[in-house]
Amino acid sequence: MYERRELMYAGHQACAGCGATMSMRYALKALGEKTILVIPACCWSVLAGPFPYSALQVPVIHTAFETGASTASGIKAGLEMRGDTETTVAAWVGDGGTFDIGIQALSGAAERNDDIMYFCYDNEAYMNTGIQRSSATPFGTWTTTTPANHPKGQPKKNMMEIMAAHRIPYAATCTVAFPEDMMRKISKAKAIRGTRFIHIYSPCPTGWKAPSSLSVKIARLAVHTKIFPLYEVEGGERYNINVDPKNLPVDEYLRLQGRFAHLTDDEVHTTQETVDREWERLVKKALD
Amino acid sequence: MKKIMVGNHAVSWGVMLSRAEVISAYPITPQTTIVEELSVLCADGRLKAKFIPVESEHSAMACCVGAAAAGVRTFTATSGQGLALMHEMLHWASGARLPIVMATVNRALGSPWNIWGEQTDSLSQRDTGWLQLYCESNQEVLDTVIQAFKIAEEISLPVMLNLDAFFLSHTAEPVEIPEQSLVDDFLPPYQPEFRLDPKNPHSFGCMTPPEYYMEFRYKIQQSMLQGKAVAQQVDDAFGRVFGRKYGLIEPYRCEGADLILITSGAIASTARVVVDNLREKGRKVGMVKVRLFRPFPKDELLEILRQVEKVAVVDRNVSFGVGGIFAHEMRAALCNEKVRPAIFSYIAGLGGRDVTPPVLNDVIYQTYKRQEPEAQSVWVGMRS
Ligand SMILES: Cc1ncc(C[n+]2csc(CCOP(=O)(O)OP(=O)(O)O)c2C)c(N)n1
Ligand SMILES: [Mg+2]
Repeated sequence: MYERRELMYAGHQACAGCGATMSMRYALKALGEKTILVIPACCWSVLAGPFPYSALQVPVIHTAFETGASTASGIKAGLEMRGDTETTVAAWVGDGGTFDIGIQALSGAAERNDDIMYFCYDNEAYMNTGIQRSSATPFGTWTTTTPANHPKGQPKKNMMEIMAAHRIPYAATCTVAFPEDMMRKISKAKAIRGTRFIHIYSPCPTGWKAPSSLSVKIARLAVHTKIFPLYEVEGGERYNINVDPKNLPVDEYLRLQGRFAHLTDDEVHTTQETVDREWERLVKKALD
Repeated sequence: MKKIMVGNHAVSWGVMLSRAEVISAYPITPQTTIVEELSVLCADGRLKAKFIPVESEHSAMACCVGAAAAGVRTFTATSGQGLALMHEMLHWASGARLPIVMATVNRALGSPWNIWGEQTDSLSQRDTGWLQLYCESNQEVLDTVIQAFKIAEEISLPVMLNLDAFFLSHTAEPVEIPEQSLVDDFLPPYQPEFRLDPKNPHSFGCMTPPEYYMEFRYKIQQSMLQGKAVAQQVDDAFGRVFGRKYGLIEPYRCEGADLILITSGAIASTARVVVDNLREKGRKVGMVKVRLFRPFPKDELLEILRQVEKVAVVDRNVSFGVGGIFAHEMRAALCNEKVRPAIFSYIAGLGGRDVTPPVLNDVIYQTYKRQEPEAQSVWVGMRS
């Protein structure tokens, strides 16, 4: 069912334990070689390799930071004019390029329901430029623009809800700790027409101050603490939770990462409350 | 066939005749009716193209970049603020060597708000690697769209054609519509040398370190310079097929002139009348319309201007701290010439103010009167 061949070479430029790199590998296995990738400014603009090399075996176009969705829309239109209706055009964008600077172009493409797949690999900060906060950075996080004595005071933006509100045909969350779930969702999305949004939780050992050997474990804990639930939304309305979380306390997740080392018990408690509340909301929608 | 049409529709019809395949644009006065007409032409099938109604000009140019990289003929149009918003993507388009064509309806930039004619919008983009052409009439607008695609595809660089807000964009003139079959022969379907193709995967625009980047830039410069000869050839070929040609510059009654007025766009039409009147009175005044601004047609200008004593450049634009931009470019282009005219610089007509014959007469009068050019551009047609 999935490409056995590796469509990503080993010679990429990522840090050890990079979740965004694992995500790409799985995604390409599900997408197959009839894929064109659009990569705006993000870690992946570097990971893909400097000229004249490429770590990817599908065509790639690098583009400006806020244009992941709009460049993809243009490519799709161009391919259709050339009579190619099969190739998947996939934007591969960081959380900064999605939640922040690119949200306008993404919203435009989603509202037009352009026939593109949009991947947001979410490492919860601007990693390429050295770990600055984004609106995907969670409450209480240390980044280089939210120092430990004044960590981020706002919760993470709920991007899935924003995309669901566009009533696009398909939106899903996934992560590297659950590769089968990820590949199933990407394959399913690939067969759908219209704008499809895949939100991939992608640990970043460098930016999260965590050992690189723990990336997958941290991703698994994110799911089992309900911090990053795995679910799908079809047509913006039909919610389906795919993995039952073990309901572990958030502390188990937080304490593995240096970016949360400064958190007080009160702040951990606040995080737990927010996570529980968000989870209840999600469950309600899934039961609807 | 002749039709009465406004400049904006001349753009749209030029795009239709050129068989653009992907169009992406966002409305802004005074460009809006270009886009409206194009969406109608796409909707009723007269133009078989995809029209992407994006949420901003930045996305419009990004869509054009994507579509052109996929290997199709691509067009957009904008004005003033929209062009300013696109700026980042203008560099991207030329850097990626994509032959996108854009019409800019020149509009003054805010603050304060102003929707009327001024070229500071497009001239602020002069370092983005786009060729720039400035049009004087609606016929020239339509013809230049077709020429622009041909030039762009020949040298793999984007081309911007400019027309004055309202004076052209919203003014109706008779326009000869070229035969589609002749346009098809003149401008065959776009055959990209490189495109995004899963059967032949390549990476475009990846991180390019100092050891390589500079050569990419050098090649753009070479192509840009080549663009001058190509624009000339394309105009000549266009003339042979359609019976109209415009040149890179157009000298008007310059024979034996002791003073030449230099301008661009719709002001050139007024300048013709002024020159005619002064010639009748025995004044040896001529005019040169600059049609191609990037690459700058230095040699062509020099040939006409070398023997003239005084040149008066009328700029409907300003680079604050320098002055009129065409004048500045002229001075830079001629500075190493042993024999060269004195260049007098005038700023007129900003924010859509009319540049009337009395204003141009004043420019000529002042130029005759002064021995030497003022250090700064002289502002004319000011409120007293
Ligand atoms: C218009 C613009 N502003 C800023 C930048 C600098 N920049 C490049 S990548 C980046 C952060 C990307 O963050 P994200 O999208 O989360 O991807 P990541 O680096 O984390 O993979 C920034 C700020 C840019 N390239 N373009
Ligand atoms: Mg990020």
